[in-house]
Amino acid sequence: MAKTIVLERKPLSFSERTYLPQIATGLKTTFSNMFKPKVTLQYPEEKPHIPNNYRGVPTLVKDPNGREKCVSCQLCEFVCPPKAIRITPGSVPEDQEQREHVEKAPQEFEINMLRCIYCGYCQEVCPEEAIFLQDQYSSSGYSREEMINNKQKLYELGGTLPDRHYKWDKKKQAEVHGNTH
Amino acid sequence: MISPSKEDLVTITLNGVEVEVPNGINAVEAAALHGKEVPHYCYHPKLSVAGNCRMCLVEMGTPMRDRSTGEAILEDDGSPKIGWVPKPVIGCATNVSAGMHLRTESDLVTECREGIMEFLLVNHPLDCPICDQAGECRLQEFATDYGRGFSRYIERKNVKPKRTRLGPRVTLDDERCILCSRCIRFSQEVAKDDVLGFVDRGSFSTLTCFPGKELSNNYSLNTVDICPVGALTSTDFRFKMRVWFLKETKSICTESSTGCNTIISSREGVIQRITPRRNDLVNDTWMTDSGREIYKLVKAENRILRPSVDGKDLPLSEGISSAVRILKDRKVGVVASCKSTLEEQFLTKLVIDATNAQVYIRGHFGEDDGILLSADRTPNLRGALINGLTDSYPEDHLNGLNEALASGELESLFVIDEDLLASGVDQENLKDVDIVFLGTHSHATSNMARVVLPSFTVFEKEGSFINKSFIVQAFEQAIPGPVGLSSQVEILSQIINHLRVDSDPLDAKLDGVWKSMGEVLPDLMGDCDFRSLVKAPFQIDGSKWSHLDFVEKNALNFESVKGVQV
Ligand code: SF4
Ligand code: SF4
Ligand code: SF4
Ligand code: FES
Repeated sequence: MAKTIVLERKPLSFSERTYLPQIATGLKTTFSNMFKPKVTLQYPEEKPHIPNNYRGVPTLVKDPNGREKCVSCQLCEFVCPPKAIRITPGSVPEDQEQREHVEKAPQEFEINMLRCIYCGYCQEVCPEEAIFLQDQYSSSGYSREEMINNKQKLYELGGTLPDRHYKWDKKKQAEVHGNTH
Repeated sequence: MISPSKEDLVTITLNGVEVEVPNGINAVEAAALHGKEVPHYCYHPKLSVAGNCRMCLVEMGTPMRDRSTGEAILEDDGSPKIGWVPKPVIGCATNVSAGMHLRTESDLVTECREGIMEFLLVNHPLDCPICDQAGECRLQEFATDYGRGFSRYIERKNVKPKRTRLGPRVTLDDERCILCSRCIRFSQEVAKDDVLGFVDRGSFSTLTCFPGKELSNNYSLNTVDICPVGALTSTDFRFKMRVWFLKETKSICTESSTGCNTIISSREGVIQRITPRRNDLVNDTWMTDSGREIYKLVKAENRILRPSVDGKDLPLSEGISSAVRILKDRKVGVVASCKSTLEEQFLTKLVIDATNAQVYIRGHFGEDDGILLSADRTPNLRGALINGLTDSYPEDHLNGLNEALASGELESLFVIDEDLLASGVDQENLKDVDIVFLGTHSHATSNMARVVLPSFTVFEKEGSFINKSFIVQAFEQAIPGPVGLSSQVEILSQIINHLRVDSDPLDAKLDGVWKSMGEVLPDLMGDCDFRSLVKAPFQIDGSKWSHLDFVEKNALNFESVKGVQV
C-alpha cells in the first residue's frame, strides 16, 4: 500500500493576499509578447509554409513528358490500411502517341478522403513513383461523394514532378539501338 | 514422361538424412516428399522432362565400391565413402535409386541457383508492376530466394514483342519468356495440337506459332497456367485484377461429366477467373477453355433475378406458396435435371414422392474430345441414377413428356432448369398445364411458366456432383447469390415442407440433407457427411449401372468399360 503524506498548506503572505505581484508578472508576459515577432496566422487568408516532407492529400503525378506514371499495379490499393483506394485497371492501346511501351494505366482511380488516414503507405509502396502525399492539407466538401477524389482530380492536385528514370524512353532507345527482335 | 514409379520404396540419403521414397521418381519429387523444395521451371509433373532451365541442379553421389572386390570403400571413421558426381546434375532428370545420396542444400547448389537466376534475369524486363503473373510467379519467388538483388548487367536489354496474339484466348509477352518449353510440350503431349515452337538462337530465341497456325485449341489456356512466368497471359484476364486480391474457392466444373476440379478466383463477390486444381484421378492439372467461360453465366443477360407469379414480381415466399398450390393434389409431372447437384436431385425425388408425380429427365450430349470434355455435357447424370430419378439412361429429348401432355395426363408441371420447348415438347401441348419453373436463366419455357422461382448458379451455392468415374466431388460457394433469392436446396425443402405438412420439417442445410441421404441410400453414401466430402472426394460402386450404355469414351484418366472405371 502506498503511504499517504498529508502536506501542510502554507498561509498566504500579505503581498500575496493583495494579488498585485501576480498581476504584474502576468502583464509582463503580455507586454513582452507585443514586441516579439508574430506567430499567429490569419487563416485562411494567410497560409502556412508547408515543408517539403509534409504528408498532405495523396495525389497522382505525371512525368515531365506529360505521361501518367501510374500503371495501375494496385499495390497502393493493397497496402492502404483503411482501404481508401479503389482502382479499375486498364490497358493502353499500342498505337498511342507519346506513350510507346506503356502498356497499362488506370481506367479509374479513386481515393476516398473520408477514409484516408494520411499514412503515406501508398507513396512508400508505389514502384513507379506515381503517387505522392504533397502539400494539400485541407479538403472539404458538402457530400460524401465530393470527398472521393477521382482520377482527374488526383492528377489536377498532383501536377508534374521531376522523373529520375524515364524508363519508357530508355526502352525506346534500346529498341532504336538495335536490341529489337 | 518420367519413368513410371514403382510403388516399392527405396532408401536414399537426402542432405545427410536417410529417407524413404518411391523407387524411380525424380530428385525434385523425392525432395518435395520430404519438405525440401528444389526450385525448377521447365519440369512439370504431368509433362515429359526437357531439362533445359538448369534451375534444379543438385548434387548426387553413390557409395563407392572397390572395382576388383566389389566391397564398399569406407572412410576413416568407418562410414561408407560417397563418390559425388564432380558436377551438379539436374534433379528433374535424375531418378532416385536405392542408396543414392542427394544434396539439395549445399553451397555449390545455392551458387548454381544464383548463377542461373542471374542469367535468367539478364534480359528480363522486370515489369512485375504490370505483370499478371506477379504474386504467383516462380521467377519472382526464386529471385527472392536466389537473386542477387542488384544487376551487374550494364548493357541495354533486349526488346521483344510484348503483346503477340498466339490465339483467340492467349497473348504472349516475349520478353518475359524464359524458354522453358512447358507450353510446347503441353501442346504436343496433352492437347495433341502441335502449334508452338522456338525460332532463332541465343538471346534471340522467341516462342512463336508455326506459320499459318494459331494456338486455338480448347486447352490453350492451360499453357497460361503452366507458364512459370508471365509470358503467356489469358487475354480474358489480362490486366483485370492482381492475383493477391483473389479469394480462391474449390469448385467443380459443370461443363461435362468429367467434373474437372477447379479454383474459382473472385474478388468482392465478382468472379475474375477459373483455373484448374490438380486431381490425379480426374483432370490431372488441366481443364478446358470452354469450362473457364462458365462464370459469365452469373452476369448473363437472361439471368432471372426476381421470383414471379403469373408475370408479377413477388417475394420468394409467395412464389413458393403459389407453387405448392399448383403442385398439391393434382396430376403432376416433374422434369428433373442432370445438371442439379446430388442434394437437389435427392430433394426433387422427395417432391416426386410427395406429389405422386411422373418423372421425366433428359441428358445433354455433345462430342467427346478424348481428353477432358466428355460426351455427356451434364455434371451429374450419375447422381440422377443414384437418386432414383430414372432407371434407364436418359435420352437427349423429352418425347415421353410430350406424349403424356398430348394425352392430357398431366395438369401441372414442375420443371427444374430444362427448356421443354428445346427438348421436343410442343408448345401447343403446354397450353393447358400450369408450369412451375425452378432455374437460373430464362428461356422459352420459363417465359411460359406461371410460377418462376429463380435460384443460384453453381458458383453461388454448395453441393456435390458424381462424375463419370462415379467419384463424388463437392464444391463450395464462391460468391454470394443475388439479393432476395435462395438456393435450390432451400426452395425445394420449403416446397416439400408445405407438401408434407404432417412430417417433420426438413433441414435445409446440406449436412441435414446428407443425413437423410445416408438414411435413404445407406449402401452408397455410407456415413459420409458433406463437410468430410469437401476435404476428400470418394468413389462409389457403380457396377449396379454397368448394363447402361454410358456415352463417355476413353479419355484422360478414364477407361470406358460401360462407364465404370476399373
Ligand atoms: S495515405 Fe495511407 S490511408 Fe491515405 S490513401 Fe495512402 S495508404 Fe491509404
Ligand atoms: S499509384 Fe503506384 S502503387 Fe498505386 S497503382 Fe499506380 S503505380 Fe501502383
Ligand atoms: S512462354 Fe512460358 S511456358 Fe512457354 S517457353 Fe516461355 S516461359 Fe516457358
Ligand atoms: S527443372 Fe530441371 S532443368 Fe528445368
